[in-house]
Formats: sequence, structure tokens, C-alpha cells
Amino acid sequence: MKAFSELFTKIEQTASTNEKIDALVNYFATANEQDAIWCVALLSGRRPKRTIKTNELWAWSTEITGIPAWLQAESYHIVGDLAETIALLLPPARATSDLPLHEVIHNLADLGNKSDEQKKAYITGMWASLNRQELFVFNKFITGGFRMGVSDKITIKALAKYYNVSENIIAHRLTGNWEPRGNTLAQLLASGEIGADISQPYPFYLAYPLETPPEELGDITEWFVERKFDGIRGQIIIRDSTLFVWSRGEDLMTEKFIEFHGLVHVLPNGTVIDGEIIPMKDDMYLPFHVMQTRIGRKNVTEKARKEAPLVMVCYDILECNGIDIRHLSLQERRAVLENLLRDARAQHPVLPLHISLLLNCTNWTEVAAERLNARETNCEGLMLKRKDSEYKTGRKRGDWWKWKVDALTIDGVLLYAQRGHGRRADLYTDYTFAVWDGDILVPFCKAYSGLTDKEMVDVDSWVKKNTIDKFGPVRSVTPGLVFEIGFEGINPSPRHKSGIALRFPRILRWRQDKGIKDANTKADLQELLNIYSVGKDK
Amino acid sequence: MVNRKFRCLPKAGIKDGKLMLTFDASGIYCAQADVYIDPWKPVNRAIITHAHADHARTGMTHYLAHEDTVPVMQFRLGADIHVQGLAYYETITINGVKISLHPAGHIWGSAQVRLEYKGEVWVVSGDYKLQEDGISVPFEPVKCHNFITESTFGLPVYKFPDPQIVHDDINAWWRKNRDEDKNSVICAYALGKAQRVLQHLDPAIGDIYTHGAVDNMNKIYETQIGALKPNRRIDSNVNRKEIKGSIIIAPPSALDSPWLHSLGAYKLGICSGWMQLRGTRRRRGADRGFVLSDHADWDQLNTAVLATGAENIYVTHGYKSIYAKWLQTNYGLNATEVETLYTGEALDDTTDKATENKSNEGI
Repeated sequence: MKAFSELFTKIEQTASTNEKIDALVNYFATANEQDAIWCVALLSGRRPKRTIKTNELWAWSTEITGIPAWLQAESYHIVGDLAETIALLLPPARATSDLPLHEVIHNLADLGNKSDEQKKAYITGMWASLNRQELFVFNKFITGGFRMGVSDKITIKALAKYYNVSENIIAHRLTGNWEPRGNTLAQLLASGEIGADISQPYPFYLAYPLETPPEELGDITEWFVERKFDGIRGQIIIRDSTLFVWSRGEDLMTEKFIEFHGLVHVLPNGTVIDGEIIPMKDDMYLPFHVMQTRIGRKNVTEKARKEAPLVMVCYDILECNGIDIRHLSLQERRAVLENLLRDARAQHPVLPLHISLLLNCTNWTEVAAERLNARETNCEGLMLKRKDSEYKTGRKRGDWWKWKVDALTIDGVLLYAQRGHGRRADLYTDYTFAVWDGDILVPFCKAYSGLTDKEMVDVDSWVKKNTIDKFGPVRSVTPGLVFEIGFEGINPSPRHKSGIALRFPRILRWRQDKGIKDANTKADLQELLNIYSVGKDK
Repeated sequence: MVNRKFRCLPKAGIKDGKLMLTFDASGIYCAQADVYIDPWKPVNRAIITHAHADHARTGMTHYLAHEDTVPVMQFRLGADIHVQGLAYYETITINGVKISLHPAGHIWGSAQVRLEYKGEVWVVSGDYKLQEDGISVPFEPVKCHNFITESTFGLPVYKFPDPQIVHDDINAWWRKNRDEDKNSVICAYALGKAQRVLQHLDPAIGDIYTHGAVDNMNKIYETQIGALKPNRRIDSNVNRKEIKGSIIIAPPSALDSPWLHSLGAYKLGICSGWMQLRGTRRRRGADRGFVLSDHADWDQLNTAVLATGAENIYVTHGYKSIYAKWLQTNYGLNATEVETLYTGEALDDTTDKATENKSNEGI
């Protein structure tokens, strides 16, 4: 635990990728092998099943510190992280302990079937024997959201360096479900050869946004142009007559996507298809908010299935007859995919698998025109993929580009502000914006990203000076600042006061050149709603 | 709990009110002596607790400050200002009000202002800390009936480490950077923090350099108080290639400036109480954040407030509503929050005088 906490400190204290990699390599070389695999698990977002509730942490820590609950709550609003707040409030340790990382995590996981007294005794005992930094790390094991400033790429590079294995193989082995407990990195990284996990997906190949004119991509005949659908990126896997559906967030979502359950009888074993899972009705793809009615639910009701039947728009095939074909060209892979779907459809006319259509463009001007049509088809824009590209690992430049339509924009007035989390902690950076409805400002969206660090500090200081009232952590401010809000889509919503819901709202610019009277109106929003949601989900 | 706010009382109210000190649109005012303490608008007579820019402002007809603060004010506000210096504990009387200055321990020359009239005592503490820093006269509690306190770090999550540990960390960090052939840039405001950091550096590790704004303050300190560790101002006479494995003390405004980039590869460390929070450390983008503050943390604030024996506490700049509520509910004190224009410990340049830090000399 000490070594892991020191690794955490080292990584926090450097902005250099190479120093982070070296720190990790050094940890892999010196740590107990069960500690090392837990380190990788934690870095890639895996954590033990949660056995302690937030309110238990609150109660036990206030009992120790003697700080009134209201003051602890105020502290939390300012620190912006519960694990850190408790670590800062607890008194210095009375003793020291250095249990191996994996033991601490296993102990936490095993608290699940212990009594409340035993849980409390364990946690408070640990609190009394850890230093400030260890306390924070320990609390993070419980509360989750363990971010160390280490991207997947850095973890993969460090493992590749230490084990002298290619980064692609490491990335593949780390994908999907694997159990750190009782496992070692050596076993995990060797798992491809023997007794491989049949559910294991391939690492997704991700595109960067296109920021140059498309003409710079060269001859259009070397490119496939497809629509960029607005659903959930996923992989459908059939192996050993078993179906697995993975989302790009590496969640196994097989149970939720009932529509695909019949595919085990349709697709041959050893098939892995990459595509977009999206609701479709009457030959029309439905917008993302319809999709949300499916994924948010634990149990998929008959009604939900009828209202939002899912299909996968398939755009790639990664494994065919049990053979990894990612090294073939996209053109070759697509031919394999088309054949497979054609054969399947011949036997099963109602198939929840569609091929992603290629847009027939003969020059980049036509491509640009197609991009502007994206919203009519509930799409986010276009995908440009080089015909001879292999299927790479992770986000890479060069062969695949996403070219999204420009965001819709509206100018809103800052109405409420709240302190943020993480690197925005202690600053008023979570905002609610309003538009004019006659003489009244009505809130229409919340957004927190998009400002520079300098702007964040400036707006924070403005908020503090222009506060009208405080409601718990929220401050209402004198209307005075105008921001340009960008968003990807607009839909009616009975849950919001304004009657609309925006998709991916974020701050594009602080319009210091505009007064509050120049902000948009509710009628402007209504007009956008009429344009962009007509004939879509009716 | 009723939130008693006392915000910019109109001037007419002062004469009718019973309070000896009031807060008006220009600052903290003593009507009996017709004097302001740390006013933010031009007034006739001003007592200045210390020379940071949010407390010592330009435009007053007469200034009164601690004798070590006088040359800093003359440097920053102009050689022609009318200013009188006082030693600690020296008393002057204005219209029956006995006024004296007492060590605040915030920076060298910083003072708490004690005002006594007909047996009633008020103390305006300005900014203060209870930690001893090796360069300023340590804070001394002053018994009073009414105490005006800052609350910059008035939250129980702020518990500052022993400064000796922090200074050891800074030296260890410098040594490590030197071994990796990098310079170390330490960011500290020019007046106070810079001398404190300098005085605890280990010259055996390497050379110590200073930004011009820091050197200006160092010179005043050395004339006024005593010697500092050997250091060299980076001006046009300094060959940049000689700066190797060295430490450079610079004010926040020098960050990301051409001046700094001309110094070759470096690691950046920031010294501030705000570095206690992970979010702030990450936001600042420094390589290292050192928790070193010239303000009082939670425990120091509580110790200081209780040591005055005051019943009425006026809480200014910082987490004032939270801290006032704590004093009311936990100690049963009559605590009130007050709006002022003081900024406390800023991570940007509001503490120093902004213009003087814009020195890009020698580029």
C-alpha cells in the first residue's frame, strides 16, 4: 500500500509521459505480482465491488473528527471530492501499517458479508494507521472514480516496455472482463494462447476529428464515406454458440440488447462485428434520447422494446471463422462483412443487422454537401475511412477521420453557478444558462466544460461578487454574463422546465462582446426544435 | 441561525451607531480618530497593516505603517507619499484613541492594529499566521473586545504541515532537479514569501537566482532587517548558460513569460496554502505544489481568535460565512461576516503590485 501510494504521488508530481511510464515500470518491477495486477486494474477503471456506503463514510468520519455535519458538507462542496475531504479532515495517524495493496483491496471486497460493526471497525482502524496520501488513496478504493492522471495509453506503454510485448497485444489483453483477484499480469498477458476468455472483445479503433479541409486527404477514390450514427458503438461477438455484446466503454451489455439474442443461431462461431447500436422504426433511425430509454433501464420492458427496437448498423468485421482479420484492408474486410450479412439475410429476412451504407461521392464537394444533411438523418456527421486501412488499436490519426456537423448554438445568460469537481474544485464552474421568455429568463441547460483555466478563474471571481442568493451549494447571480452554448441535438423533454433537452451542451465561448439583452429567446429554441426534431420520433 | 451581515453601512449610520469601528464603502473606519485601516478608496488618513497590494493602496493623503513597511510602500506607491513609521508597541494618540501596532507574523513588517478608546479595545489583524517563518517577527495575540479576522483558509480541510518539512521538501526537490540537469523555478510572491523561501534554501545544492521584482524586495529587507542567503538578480549581465541546476525565485506573473522561457529547461514549484487541495494543484499545472502559506490555517485561526478573548468577531475575506457560523455555533461568539475588498492569498498577482512584476529585463 505504501509503494502504491508513493507511485500515486510520483505520478501526480509530474506532467511528463516518460516519467509516468518509468514510475509504472519501476512499480511493476518491484511490486508483489498480485499488487501489480491490481495496480493495472485500478488504472483501467476496475475496482472491487463496493461494500461501504457513502453515508457510512460520512457518519464514521464525523464521529472521529467531531466536526459538525454542516461543516463537513461545506468542506466537501469546496474540495469537490469525498475521499479527499475525509482524508484532509481526519486526524494524523496514530500508527503506521503497510499491508500489500491486494490484501487491502481483498479485505475491502470481503467486507460485503460482514456486520456493520465489523465494517466500521475495519475502516476506522485503517484510517488510524495511514498517512494523508495513503488515506486519500484508500478512500478512493471505496468511493471509486480512481483517476491518477494515467491514460490507458500510458498503462499500455508501460506494460509493453516492462514485458517487452507489443502494445497491440497488451491493449487486446486488457480489454473486456478480467478478474484481478488471484491473477497475475504474466498470466493475463499470456492468456491469448491457452484457455482464452471467449467473451474478449478487440480494442476499438477510434477516429480523430477532421480539422483540415477534406481535400488534403487526397484522392477520394481511396476513401469510403459513411454516415456517423448517433447510437452506441459496440461489438457483437459469437463464440462457442454464445453471444456477447460490448459497448465502447467496455461494458458487457448482452442482457440489455434482447434483439440480438437470436444471432447465435444466425452467425457462425468465431464472428466479431463492429458497428453502431441504434433504435430504428419504420426504416428511420431514431435520435439518441430514444436510445437512452433503453440503456438507462435495468429491465427492458415489452413497451420499451416496441418503442425503441434496436439494430446494429455494421461497419466492420474483426474476426471471421475464429481468425483475427484486423490486418486485412478495410475494403477486404467490408467484402467479408457484406457476404456474411447477405447470407444471413437470405435465411433470416428480419435481421437486426444492417450494413452501413457507403455514400456515393465522386468529389470532396459532394462529401461536404452530404455532411450538411447529417441532421436530417439523425446522424452526427460523416466518417471518412481509407479503403486500404487496417483495423488499428485505440485513437490513431491518418486513416480514419470523423467529420461532424458544426454544433448548433444559442447564446444564454448565466443564471446559477455551482462549484465543480476534480480540477474545477473550489471554483464556481458548473453553470445553468437561461434564455429570454418575454422579460423573464428561463433556464434551459447546464454546462461546465469549454472555458480556459483563466476564464474559469475570472468567471468564478465574477460569480462571487455578483451573488444574489445561495441555495445550499448553488448561487444565483445577477444576470450579466452571456455565453455561446454549443450542442449536438435538441429534443422535447417533459422532465425539463423549459420543455427541451439539449444533447452534449458545452460552452463554446464567453461572449464578452454581448450584453444580456443580446441573448437568445425561448422562441429561438422552439424554432430549432421544430427544425431539428420534425418527423423524427413521430 | 440568523446570518448577520454588515455590508457597506451608509456613512450617516456611523455617527448614530455605537460601534467604535465600522465598515463603510471605503474600508474599516474609526470615526473617533477619523482614520481608516487598509482602505480601498482614497481617504485622508490610513493605517496600513502590511504592504501587499490589496491592503496598501494608492491615493491616501497620510499613511501610517510599521517602520519596516514604510520603504516598501515608498517603493511601490511612490517616494513622495506622506508616510509615518511606527515600531511595534509604540503608541500614538489621535483624538483620544490610543493606537499601536503589534506583530502579525504574516510577512516582515506586517502588523495588527490595536485601537483603544475609553477602555474599549479593537484589533484589526489584517493578514496573519501563527507559524514562525524565520524572517518576520512572530504573531502575538492581543487581548481585545472586538477582533477583526481574515478567513482565507477558514475551513477544517486546511491543516498546514510543519514548515520545516516543506522547506526540506523544496531542497530535496531542487537537488533532484539539479541531478537531472534541470533548473528549479519556485513561484512565490515577491514581498514576504520570496524572502521566506530564500532564507530556507540550502546554498550547498547550487546557485540561487531571483527575478527583478523579488530582488527589489530583497534589497529593502537587507537594508531594513538583515542579511539574506546569497543570491543573484537575473538581469542582462547574467549569462543564461551559467544558470544550471540552479533555483530561481520568481513571482507568479513571471510564469509563462519569455523571461522564464529564456532560462532553459526547468521544473516549476508553487508555494501556497491552496496547494493543499488536489484540484488546485492539478489546475495550476505546476510540477510540484508546496503547502507553504503566510496565512493562518484552520487551527491557527481558532487559536488566534480564542487567544484575544474577544466576544465580538468580525470575519473578513475568505470562507467568511462558514467561519462566522462556526464561531457562533461552536464557541458561542458573536461573529459577523463583513464584506471587504481584500483578496487573501491569491495564486495570481493581486498580492504583489502588478506593474512592478512585469519586468522582462535582460531579454
